[in-house]
Amino acid sequence: MSDARNQARAVLEGPDIHRALTRIAHEILERTKGAEKVVLLGIPTRGATLASRIAERISQFEGVKVPVGTIDITMYRDDLRLRPARPLGRTDLPAEGVDGRTVVLVDDVLFSGRTVRAALDALNDVGRPRAVQLATLVDRGHRELPIRADYVGKNLPTSKSEKVKVYLQEIDGRDAVLLIKGDDRPAAGETNGER
Amino acid sequence: MKRHLISAGDLTRDDALLVLDTAEELARVSERSIKKLPTLRGRTVVNLFYEDSTRTRISFEAAAKRLSADVINFSAKGSSVSKGESLKDTALTLEAMGADAVVIRHAASGAPHRLATWVRGSVVNAGDGTHEHPTQALLDAFSMRRRMGRIEGLKVAIVGDVLHSRVARSNVLLLHALGAEVTLVAPPTLLPVAVDSWPCQVSYDLDAVLPKSDVVMMLRVQLERMNDAYFPSAREYSRRYGLDRERFGRLHDDAIVMHPGPMNRGMEISAEVADSPRSTIVEQVANGVTVRMAVLYLLLSGSEPAIGGDL
Repeated sequence: MSDARNQARAVLEGPDIHRALTRIAHEILERTKGAEKVVLLGIPTRGATLASRIAERISQFEGVKVPVGTIDITMYRDDLRLRPARPLGRTDLPAEGVDGRTVVLVDDVLFSGRTVRAALDALNDVGRPRAVQLATLVDRGHRELPIRADYVGKNLPTSKSEKVKVYLQEIDGRDAVLLIKGDDRPAAGETNGER
Repeated sequence: MKRHLISAGDLTRDDALLVLDTAEELARVSERSIKKLPTLRGRTVVNLFYEDSTRTRISFEAAAKRLSADVINFSAKGSSVSKGESLKDTALTLEAMGADAVVIRHAASGAPHRLATWVRGSVVNAGDGTHEHPTQALLDAFSMRRRMGRIEGLKVAIVGDVLHSRVARSNVLLLHALGAEVTLVAPPTLLPVAVDSWPCQVSYDLDAVLPKSDVVMMLRVQLERMNDAYFPSAREYSRRYGLDRERFGRLHDDAIVMHPGPMNRGMEISAEVADSPRSTIVEQVANGVTVRMAVLYLLLSGSEPAIGGDL
């Protein structure tokens, strides 16, 4: 694996991720006044896992069942033609739909903002939310679009050549966020761990 | 690299599964109120139909439009073909218009293969003569997997006019790659000469095969290709190889009945069987759109295709 070859440093460990998600859950409850009419939509793969974890916490804290779903953005990407055709992720909207609700998009890493732009387009095709907010576990900067997160687990200053890799128990068997020192590979055309 | 879908044999097992999985996700798009995706915006798909077709042409057109591609429909009737223009000249005309993909249906086996050497875009075979019809095989596999939950290990009987059937050949190749056990059932006169080399079993006795089958695929008796006497009479054929209520009753309870359409009701399949809840005939049409969306997406969306064969 490339982690072994490149220099990798854990910037968040399991407990840190746990605390960050707990705080995000509290912030969502606070900002949306008890998470009424809130829908959490995770961007596959890891955003989806994070969304379920946040929903779990919200229900623990205030006993509110927040609908959770996933929204795949592959078909809406602006860089499809730069790489070979890719497999699709799953879109699974909650039965309640998104119309008139506050949708909180959940992703693991916020980088250029292009994934979120694609998610906003995808969302537009499935309904008309009352408002859309964004939660991310890591904000690593280097935005290329006028997009910002409403809930951030950790602000992580990075250089463009570095990669951020998120590992989650449900998918990878452990919880960690790694910052991988970049080789001299050019960042152009690469998403550098955003997805 | 340019890649085409000319034969079901162009698809590896992984390719085929990728198409089916992609179609599974795309099926959800067909359920929502906005059935359109922006993915192939600015790409041009030409439907080049030299033979009559309802469902395949409409299905490819709907698939391309749902992915926001521009669609140019060409049918031989009312075009310069009736003035004697050759396939090559038509192809070069389309090439000049900048087609990213050409979907071709032609009465001559091998026409898509020739076409692929003349155009820059990807060629998708929508049925060539008695040769192949790979997207039909993909949608059949998709329909099977949706109903039965799996393909690996399924016992599939393909019954009828195998000799003239491009659907049968494509299905045998694809289902074999996906791990199903295929048995062709037909009178000896309606089996191709080289059928021994196909990866399947062959039987002349429908009644012996039915109780062991999970899926029965009835083929259309292609009256338009019947220049010789392949069987004594339509009644005789129907009596020995038609799927009527009595034979249907011999299938096990979970078995399904498929037909690529268009059907000759009362000939290879009785109306009662065709309309039963265990027949997938209507689903197959709906699944056709999603499967063709998956094929176009995987061929055209990226910098290079994710599936298909090269020449």
